[in-house]
Amino acid sequence: MTDIILLRHREIPGLSQLNIYLRHGGFQAFEKAVTKLKPDEVTDVVKASGLRGRGGAGFPTGMKWSFIDRKAWPHYVVANADESEPGTFKDREIMEGNPFQFLEGVALTAYAVQANSAYIYLRGEFWKIAENINQKIAELEKAGYLGDKLFGTDYSLRIYTHLGAGAYICGEETAMLESLEGKLGQPRLRPPFPPSYGLYGKPTVVNNVETLTNVPMIIQKGAEWYRKIGTERSPGPKIFSLSGRVNRPGNYELPLGTTFRELIYTHGGGIPDDRKVKAIMAAGASSALIVASDEALDTPMDYESVPKLGAQLGSASVIVIDETVSIDWVIYKTLHFFKHESCGKCTPCREGTFWMGHLIDRIHSGGSSWEDVELLREVAQQVKGKCLCALGEFSIEAVISGIERFEPDFQVMTSLSSPLKIRVEQPSTREST
Amino acid sequence: MLAEKYSNEISAILTKYPAERKRSAVMPLLYLAQREQGYIAQQEIEEIAEILEISSTEVGSIIGFYTLYYDKPGGKYRIQVCTDLPCALRGADQFLHQLCSNLGIKVGETTPDGLVTVEAVMCLAACDKAPMFQVQTGQGLEYHENQTVEDALSLINRWKSAS
Repeated sequence: MTDIILLRHREIPGLSQLNIYLRHGGFQAFEKAVTKLKPDEVTDVVKASGLRGRGGAGFPTGMKWSFIDRKAWPHYVVANADESEPGTFKDREIMEGNPFQFLEGVALTAYAVQANSAYIYLRGEFWKIAENINQKIAELEKAGYLGDKLFGTDYSLRIYTHLGAGAYICGEETAMLESLEGKLGQPRLRPPFPPSYGLYGKPTVVNNVETLTNVPMIIQKGAEWYRKIGTERSPGPKIFSLSGRVNRPGNYELPLGTTFRELIYTHGGGIPDDRKVKAIMAAGASSALIVASDEALDTPMDYESVPKLGAQLGSASVIVIDETVSIDWVIYKTLHFFKHESCGKCTPCREGTFWMGHLIDRIHSGGSSWEDVELLREVAQQVKGKCLCALGEFSIEAVISGIERFEPDFQVMTSLSSPLKIRVEQPSTREST
Repeated sequence: MLAEKYSNEISAILTKYPAERKRSAVMPLLYLAQREQGYIAQQEIEEIAEILEISSTEVGSIIGFYTLYYDKPGGKYRIQVCTDLPCALRGADQFLHQLCSNLGIKVGETTPDGLVTVEAVMCLAACDKAPMFQVQTGQGLEYHENQTVEDALSLINRWKSAS
């Protein structure tokens, strides 16, 4: 059993209170960093730990920090708390249960890149969490852990929260920066990347909440210690958000490299009524659909192994789909999500999600022909590789993999002689194939 | 007038951003404006534009782009049910439709007394606790998780007796 390091509030009652967080070693890492370590030394420890971005891309965190442009000032840190991927609900638990460890991670990151201002961009729905975080920030300022000339040094840091207002696209880092600047949340053309041209055109590091929450323990206990958790190339713990057709959905902090089977059956308690798993989405609605074979269930969930199944680990939001669910309905759901959330800036995504939405409506309501399935696949292929940001690419993952890997479900839908009288919203009312 | 009524709050919001980047305050100021009546009126749009020294069209575009801002009145309470894939796998669609039929309205409509609007929305990061919804009023947002239709109806009844 490995130490729990992110969801520590489950083991330490009251960890969301400052005195209790301090009693459990809180802010020792930050104080040590500011008073004894050079900024680059902090970055070096994080580099050596092998920590990779937990928001989805899995990019090495320390390396991202080292890209920060040292010729342009000021620098900014932006914490991505926009958590909006269907199937993801981990950052919310961290910020509710273990807010100070997250804030210490923001502070350490800011020190490492010498930023004096950091913003936490929360999705608008996290209104209450933002109020709570504001209060925690005020407590930290009062206690001397945030503010001017910290611990008697010349280093000053302020952290601010900023609420979004219901736009999935703002989880994309450059769209988030645009939104923070008071504009429409639409992605920028990259490069330049935020470490050279970020918030207000200044060098900026954007990291996910879970990524940042790893940092205090890495600085406190060292890279060696951290690397003992997880796998060689995907070190550390990961919070797996488990949802869909499982008995015990929820967040599970487990080492990277834990198998799907262990997550779904040991931790998640298996599938209701002992039904079979049909498909798994490992990265929320953005995932390719994985056929839940024995081989897939025994695959370790890390950044290297999941791609071997023709999918990505992403933010590790594992949606379980059982044998009673028809895959055309799954795609109907994900496509309508992406169609709604497309920001409209680039044509392939805006038009692609719109027309794919129309096609899946027709297929899903029955009475269409196989030609529609072919057309859907063709439109998806046209979107591929042509979008400004990942949203458009995400929208086709389930479409292409779903048609390819679960073809019989589409054959059933297109062989119905007339449209279903009532739109089938609930998969379990229909026999699967 | 926002500027008079909330002058302290407005200056507190503006200090969060660099002085020459006032435009960043547009989202928090829109939330402030929405607090009054649950939606943002044209006069407030113009007032925010003036405070931030941008055009009212630019302020209006923000309202149009982001789903949590409204430029038209709705029910006093907006019940927003997530019906995305993970929630739907736990019965969110039936929950939504049963709730609406109990209230005698369609999805997106407001009850005749103007108390409740029911909407289907995108993922709210509560996938393990579906069926769930958030309640949005001008004052803020509140989550209600692991809900039954009965739970939701009794919540609405409490609002009814309170108003």
